[in-house]
Amino acid sequence: MSAALAAPEQTEQGAAGLLAIRGLRVAYRTESGFLRAVDGVNLDLAPGEFLGVAGESGSGKTQLLLSVMGLNAPGARIEGSIRYRGQELVGAGERVLGSLRGARIAMIFQDPMTALNPYLPIGIQLTEGLRHHQGASRSAARRRALELLDAVHIPEPERRFAQHPHELSGGMRQRIVIAMALICEPDILLADEPTTALDVTVQAQILALLRELRTRAAIVLVTHDLGVIAEVADRMLVMYAGRVVEEAGVERLFEHTRHPYTEALRRSIVPLEGPLPERLPSIGGNPPNPAALPPGCAFAPRCAYVFDRCASAPPPLAPVAPGHLRACYYDGPLGRIR
Amino acid sequence: MSVPPDGMAGTPALAVSDLAVRFAVSGPKRWLQAVDGVSFTVERGQTLGVVGESGSGKSTIARALLRLVPATAGTARFRGVDLLALEGPTLRAMREHFQIIFQDPLASLDPRMSVAEIIEEPLREFRPALDRAARRGKVLAMLDRVGLASAHLNRFPHEFSGGQAQRIGIARALMLQPELLVCDEPISALDVSIKSQIANLLKDLQLEFGITVLFIAHDLAAVRFSCDRILVLYLGRVMEIAPRTALFETPRHPYTRALLQSVPVADPALARSRRTAPLGGEIPSPLAPPSGCVFRTRCPFAGPICGEQVPRLRPVGASLVACHRAEELG
Repeated sequence: MSAALAAPEQTEQGAAGLLAIRGLRVAYRTESGFLRAVDGVNLDLAPGEFLGVAGESGSGKTQLLLSVMGLNAPGARIEGSIRYRGQELVGAGERVLGSLRGARIAMIFQDPMTALNPYLPIGIQLTEGLRHHQGASRSAARRRALELLDAVHIPEPERRFAQHPHELSGGMRQRIVIAMALICEPDILLADEPTTALDVTVQAQILALLRELRTRAAIVLVTHDLGVIAEVADRMLVMYAGRVVEEAGVERLFEHTRHPYTEALRRSIVPLEGPLPERLPSIGGNPPNPAALPPGCAFAPRCAYVFDRCASAPPPLAPVAPGHLRACYYDGPLGRIR
Repeated sequence: MSVPPDGMAGTPALAVSDLAVRFAVSGPKRWLQAVDGVSFTVERGQTLGVVGESGSGKSTIARALLRLVPATAGTARFRGVDLLALEGPTLRAMREHFQIIFQDPLASLDPRMSVAEIIEEPLREFRPALDRAARRGKVLAMLDRVGLASAHLNRFPHEFSGGQAQRIGIARALMLQPELLVCDEPISALDVSIKSQIANLLKDLQLEFGITVLFIAHDLAAVRFSCDRILVLYLGRVMEIAPRTALFETPRHPYTRALLQSVPVADPALARSRRTAPLGGEIPSPLAPPSGCVFRTRCPFAGPICGEQVPRLRPVGASLVACHRAEELG
């Protein structure tokens, strides 16, 4: 029996947890068949934890976050369990989800403009959530918004109140969006590639800010950039084709990588110092088509360690050391990626 | 003006001098100075990286050289002529010698043309003497060289992944064996696992064809792998030009240092030792650039002189640096 099938029984385990996801599957019906965007993911988030989720496009990392918010596109078929402080969110109505969204669980995106209304002044957008969820008075909401602008290090917060999004730089907009997300004091902040569209010096500022803000909320940050995760997260998951292929504490995962895909991702990063390879180690082939996944391990067609068993069934996510899980049949040493 | 003989050994393949580009902005007499007095050379068969953040003017330099936007001032010597002064048929004839690869491979390919038509088009334009069979032979050879198969010939761009589409763009750009290739963020839009494939391919092809490359990028890691020399731009001005090793091992300009320190490193222990961001603030508006050194408003080492005088590019160690205080910083 696969780990994904066994998983739902563990649901009660995360009583102290903030978020417990078990056997989550998200599928869409398309012209070319069922597209399995998320395919049996388990995830636990403790209060105050900073979790990184790494994956390329099509890995299911964004769909995973959207499921927690109940914001998957219409037609998504969702199975499994997502519990927030024990409360089941899968199948919960819009009334329940609406009361949590923004209030208890907030989300920020790659492009801050997707979350900002270009026609409204910053002040109104910042205080909207507070007035809606907590019925705060105009002056109380304003006080709180100014506090938050200060917390995200926005200079001259009073002046920003009257400004429109287009008057601000990209980095400033992302700070505003983060302030907006935190204004109702949510327990969980979901961040989808929050620094990808920013310049590298501004990215460093926003990452420093997120490290500071983790005292306010547990954070799940999704990115394609392993460097970003190394900078901020305590623990990380690596996703490929809708599944978690490796999970461990960040130090452990970087020092004792056990999955060939994680190894390949790490090896393809060009270091900024030290010896420079003549050729970059690269993963052959292309990321898989989620509408036409192979029957076995989805990474097998690109894997340097593939053997006959890999085609049988997807390998289950199983422990290789305390707190370190991976989904792979190959048990020998890595180091073959050149 | 004397014209150096083409192909003479020691002549740079491209020599850009005092390039300036400004755009009119709505409002009375308002200008946006996108590129301001930029000079550099690229030796034959070498790759010059041009790095900078958004608004640095790196793409504008590429566009000006390709004559997609007009330069306000400056010259660009290439094959014995000033690229920026060419017009009409002479400009058109020169185009076979310089080609470009764009960031978004899908957006740069005509969705109504098959792969065969896309790659063949430069031959139809510039090699009219070739017959159909000869053209097809060249197309197939190039397709194979960039790692695509003949089965791809009759497909359309939307049927390809980002990495494959970039291979098509590379094949099209190399079809005429250009002398100069401008790569504008050629791998930034690609998935992590695909980036290294395309970076390797570009490097192999450059060596094989002996092409001179101008590699525009914001990704310092990609630049370290792909470039022999690197030019660092900030707000339209050159901050530093240095050979690769010097730039990464002994960066001289405070901005270069900050850029290198800002890149997230995939090493948790090292990452955790650097808690604060190396630079505050953001790039100022090019409509109102700071006086003196344009970087001084964010520079941790700025002194009074930095607001008064524009620093000239001058040699320090193996680099050319535009900083009044480069020596003091060591």
